[in-house]
Amino acid sequence: MSDTERAEHARPQQTGEDRWREALTRVVSGGWVVSVGAIVLAVLAGSIMIIATDKGVQEALPYFLARPGDALAAMADAVGGAYSALFRGAVWDFRADDFATGIRPLTQSLTMATPLIMAGLGVALGFRAGLFNIGGRGQMLTAAAAAGRVGFGLDMPWPLHMLLAVAAGMLAGALWAGIAGLLKALTGAHEVIVTIMLNYVGFYLVSYMLATPGLLQAPGSSNPKTPPMKNSAVMPDLLGSDFNLHLGFVFALVAVAFVWWLLNRSSAGFAFRAVGENPAAAKVAGINVPRSTVSVMLIAGALVGLAGVTQVLGTVTTGFSNDIDSGIGFDAITVALLGGSRPVGVLLAAILFGAFKAGGSVMQAAEGVPIEIVLVVQSLIVLFIAAPPLVRAVFRLPQPDGKPSARARRRARRKEVTA
Amino acid sequence: MKLELRGITKRFGTLVANDHISLTIAPGEIHCLLGENGAGKSTLMNVLYGLYTADEGEVLLDDEVQHFRGPGDAMAAGIGMVHQHFMLIPVFTVAENVMLGNETTLPGGRLDLEAARAKVAAIADRFGFHVDPDALIEDLPVGVQQRVEIIKALSRDAKVLIFDEPTAVLTPQETDEFMGIMRQLRDEGAGIVFITHKLREVREVADRITVVRRGAVVGEASADQSDAELATMMVGRAVELTVHKDEPRYAETSLEVRGLEVTNSSGAVVVDDVTFSVRGGEILVVAGVQGNGQTELTEALVGLHKPSAGSVMLTGQELIGRTVNQVLAAGVGFVPEDRSTDGLVGEFTVAENLILDRRSGPPFVKAGMLQLGARDDFARSAVEEFDIRTQGIAEPVGRLSGGNQQKVVLARELSRELRLLVAAQPTRGVDVGSIEFIHKRIVATRDAGVPVVVVSTELDEAVALGDRILVMYRGRVVGIVPSDTPREVLGLMMAGVAPEGSEAA
Repeated sequence: MSDTERAEHARPQQTGEDRWREALTRVVSGGWVVSVGAIVLAVLAGSIMIIATDKGVQEALPYFLARPGDALAAMADAVGGAYSALFRGAVWDFRADDFATGIRPLTQSLTMATPLIMAGLGVALGFRAGLFNIGGRGQMLTAAAAAGRVGFGLDMPWPLHMLLAVAAGMLAGALWAGIAGLLKALTGAHEVIVTIMLNYVGFYLVSYMLATPGLLQAPGSSNPKTPPMKNSAVMPDLLGSDFNLHLGFVFALVAVAFVWWLLNRSSAGFAFRAVGENPAAAKVAGINVPRSTVSVMLIAGALVGLAGVTQVLGTVTTGFSNDIDSGIGFDAITVALLGGSRPVGVLLAAILFGAFKAGGSVMQAAEGVPIEIVLVVQSLIVLFIAAPPLVRAVFRLPQPDGKPSARARRRARRKEVTA
Repeated sequence: MKLELRGITKRFGTLVANDHISLTIAPGEIHCLLGENGAGKSTLMNVLYGLYTADEGEVLLDDEVQHFRGPGDAMAAGIGMVHQHFMLIPVFTVAENVMLGNETTLPGGRLDLEAARAKVAAIADRFGFHVDPDALIEDLPVGVQQRVEIIKALSRDAKVLIFDEPTAVLTPQETDEFMGIMRQLRDEGAGIVFITHKLREVREVADRITVVRRGAVVGEASADQSDAELATMMVGRAVELTVHKDEPRYAETSLEVRGLEVTNSSGAVVVDDVTFSVRGGEILVVAGVQGNGQTELTEALVGLHKPSAGSVMLTGQELIGRTVNQVLAAGVGFVPEDRSTDGLVGEFTVAENLILDRRSGPPFVKAGMLQLGARDDFARSAVEEFDIRTQGIAEPVGRLSGGNQQKVVLARELSRELRLLVAAQPTRGVDVGSIEFIHKRIVATRDAGVPVVVVSTELDEAVALGDRILVMYRGRVVGIVPSDTPREVLGLMMAGVAPEGSEAA
């Protein structure tokens, strides 16, 4: 290959990389005001969809001009009913007779939030270090497989058994993500592509193991499903057997504290963030960028893996099949974005999404509002977050200008040459 | 065509970038807009070019008020702009770039490349440019790329041409040629706005000079005023333009570079058998036109590039083969050429940037934990000692001015115990006031007995700062000469002509 050819090939790849990084910075630097604004906008947009799909409203609309009151009342009824059902299913059941039943939805939300917190942290850590970890699904599945194999296959006392299963799962997740980190560090392969492909590899690998006797398949069964976990490997319920909330939630809180410490107080996290913001300057400052890439992917994979582990050892202990990730690996990206890639932000965002999950089914059952509305609201939140100027414009927030960031300034200089 | 700006005001939030600026550019004159970085020159030109909308004021062409909604309108009205960073597409040819945005097509939607080629050739002939219409932009030297930008502006029949810091990327010779082109354009009746902060160029070529400071016009100057007078107007206070330094007092430490060879990623030799030595207490300036291997040389010294041959001995210690971290730990301070890309993390705070390369141990890291107290104490004292103008140590460094950013880099590198300082383009894009300060600190480092290597493309700086000057051309050392060597000789050396009686190359 001649020099010029090589240069031509190198160029688009370089700018592509820059663009990813720029998009990342934009999304990560949105700030909590934008996140809250995005949630409000998404809920409003969701209301419109609830109104549009509501039967009562559709019946009242034809005579809207004659009796507008009817249609408006039906609209208010539909929206109010839907969101109050959502609240009832996610936070506090105000129709319940006793406190235990009343509080159950909240614990349900927290249970739903548990894997989202950990997987969200894994993705967020990658974001802060300049890496897009789209491989949550594969990492969760391999982690679940490893934890499950230890969980049903060994005989040990509690808590040793549980801890070993947790460790095995985290290790599997770390290695699965580490492949992407290693390929990026050694060959420059883009982690987005590698992690997406590893999702497929992980999925079919686990599917194969689930259908193969002696690997993961339950003995004497022809279903692609594992046997139940041994009791000594199960994460105990925190509030007694009436509630689903299990020890995994504590793991999640510890993970939040750990990632916060890692990013804000440790020298390793300082290096990760430097690589994420400006790999060139990090390199000049003596930071080993490839090593940072591998380390970040290992830690991120362990965190995402922990999400898979709590699924099989805490939430669904009766054995699992290849849908055990239930989309959490992708929701984690949304959670990390909404949380601004900050540990506490991820915690809050995951709880919100957990609440949507828990409340959505009640909303569908009680009010007949399709559960898809919840998914649409979730998606809209991210869509609005990805467009901070739009949210700022709607809420008349000041656009960040005057003294833009170095990156923005560099971009501006490239485009229009500031003074 | 007469261009007039009346009371232009442009605000960004609370920042007033342009404060009621009025300016007239008559046909056939070179009007210099002189001001420091951040004075508002480029904002003004972007208003004129339709990239920004002014909050107040108006633009007039031949006494008619214009309302430009974008560069397209401005171009159509006869205003052409050559940006500091070229707006050319590297993988397109010269002709394709010139026609871009103004394409003529043949039947069937095919581009009329023949017409574009003819246009390029006609304009190139008129001004004596040697430009091949079919050359790819990425293969052309920077000086020629700039001519393509000029041809592009002229191909749209521009009557007023704006040059934004056009000489920043040029060699002294190219700069001289560029001045000739400006004069030629002026003599053909074009109005020219020449934006710069280089005093020598202003005095050489300007018909009129308007000085801008902090977004406002502070007055007109004339070309026969002295550098010191112009600088004082520009900065707002008296500025020392010369560097005071005593005779060098040599120390024990030394840097010995022998037969260094660096190849770039595409296999070309960019540093070719470079040999030199620097003693402690001495400044060696590596001069030369940008892109003659200086960048790669400094990167090889600090371990960012692995050389293919040669050795770098720092007081008896071999540096080649060590990682960047190990080189830094050996006491090498490094000020990279492009501070916003390589020197600083823009989103990080001042304090974080001040410890960016000091993560391997006390006092800022203990047992893997950042010592925030020690960091902040250090940051506060560095901000004071290096006169870093910031709202606080928690301000993101990207919000500081170029000069203050550079002081952060310098503070970080000079606060360590140094055995070698390598500073690449330490004053590029830095305001005059900060240049003075940065030069003083570099001289102070030299006087402390540290060998100092400074890379500079500015002849003035090389002469002022260096004890000796090494000139590089196409990766090779043309010669190493004392700093009192005549400018013409240095200029010739930068073009690859070795002087008689210089140290061996």
